[in-house]
Amino acid sequence: MDVLKKIGSAVALPVLLFAGWFLLSDGSASFYAPPLRQILTAFADTWQPERLRADVAPSLLRLLAGFLVAALIGVGLGVAVGLNRRLRAVLEPVLEFFRAIPPPVLVPVIMLFAGIGDGMKVIVIVFGCVWPILLNTVEGVRAVDSVVLDTARAYGVTGPARLTRVILPSASPQIAAGLRQALSIAIILMVISEMFASSNGLGFAVVQFQRSFAIPEMWSGIILLGLLGFALSLVFRLAERWALRWYEGLRATRRRAG
Amino acid sequence: MLEVKGLRKVYSSGGREVEALRDLTFTVDNGDLVCLVGPSGCGKTTLLRCVSGLLMPTSGEVRVGGRPITGPPPGMAVVFQEYGRSLFPWMNVRDNVELPLKQKKVDRSRRRQLVDTALDAVGLSGAASAYPWQLSGGMQQRVAIARAVAYEPETLLMDEPFAAVDAQTRADLEDLVRSLWQRLEVTVLFVTHDIDEAVYLGRRVVMLSSSPTVVQDELVVDLPAERDQLRTRADPRFVELRTRVYEQIQLAKRAAAG
Repeated sequence: MDVLKKIGSAVALPVLLFAGWFLLSDGSASFYAPPLRQILTAFADTWQPERLRADVAPSLLRLLAGFLVAALIGVGLGVAVGLNRRLRAVLEPVLEFFRAIPPPVLVPVIMLFAGIGDGMKVIVIVFGCVWPILLNTVEGVRAVDSVVLDTARAYGVTGPARLTRVILPSASPQIAAGLRQALSIAIILMVISEMFASSNGLGFAVVQFQRSFAIPEMWSGIILLGLLGFALSLVFRLAERWALRWYEGLRATRRRAG
Repeated sequence: MLEVKGLRKVYSSGGREVEALRDLTFTVDNGDLVCLVGPSGCGKTTLLRCVSGLLMPTSGEVRVGGRPITGPPPGMAVVFQEYGRSLFPWMNVRDNVELPLKQKKVDRSRRRQLVDTALDAVGLSGAASAYPWQLSGGMQQRVAIARAVAYEPETLLMDEPFAAVDAQTRADLEDLVRSLWQRLEVTVLFVTHDIDEAVYLGRRVVMLSSSPTVVQDELVVDLPAERDQLRTRADPRFVELRTRVYEQIQLAKRAAAG
């Protein structure tokens, strides 16, 4: 019953908004804002299996590749920087500079040496979403409790085990927060990189529809992007909750204790 | 044998120097249970960190079995005061106790046996799969003691382990430490600010002065080996000994204030 209530309150507003859009747009004669009824028909017609294979699959693969590479670099470098004060002092200003560059501006530059293929798009995604992962990892590693570190040292938990059994798990809640931010950035950059120069992908498809005045199809692409982002973040949250169930429990206990 | 010779520790930060330990010399014979007691803020934790190899002294040395300590020695286990921070919240009780054994490359079946025996000895065989934060404070400290026991140390250091648990739990844990010490024939150095606890537990009590710390006095607790919370504490000899320790601590405080 509780679960039904939760689901009910989660979908109530989306359903309301959708219904409102549907009713209000029903009589619309505007070419650029067609009735939702028309958009939904276009949705069903447009996103057929072969189109999903041709446009959605490549987009998702680039997204996934970019996100994973960014996670590897971000966590790897973040641990090194977090553990080493000297490295931190040297790297921090440089990192702040690179972080301040809006990633889309790099698309034309990266195109010059990486071409317009998948490589360019993956690089753009990596460049954009490595920062929240990196910075959160640095903070998470620096925040590892001194008693935890003392305990590990006193019991001979050193070397690789110190990293995998102590430092990474301890920093994992913050690393997960960085990954979550990075995921939404990755989706944005996936679309942007495909809009610039591409021969397939969701961003490419939306721009293509707009240029050929297939307006309902364009709207359907935007809805698909929204749904995709929602589904990805849902999957991420479920994975996070499973992996960090100890952290949830710990926090709940601390809240109860006041 | 644990030997502390001319131990001195000066902390310096920002040009200011704080002498925490001035000149500490004492020994703990193999199989002995020595309690270190001193006024609050007398550098007990600094001393224990030096003895456990977590902190390098400014001068003087600590020897275990004749060998000078330069880092955490393998045959030494530490029970920290902050049990909530010293147990790893991302591991269940069994994994917490087992991790140091994995690092020592103890084989799987032997590990299992050591963990089971240790948890049994502290009365927690039923809680192996619980997470530390699901347990009460006293139970968490029992897990920390089990981790130390499973490690099969020659020397066991305890840093005010019961300062944060309630009085009844504390009495139970004191008896647990006594019985484990008798059974395992391990050398125990127990740091506390509680005079009664020091006399009740120890076979010898070393009294420390206020910071900068020196050894104020030492006494042998000539109470029967079988101790009992009710009868021992009511024993006239116990009262006499605790009075002597109390006087010395007061003396130390006055010397510091004057």
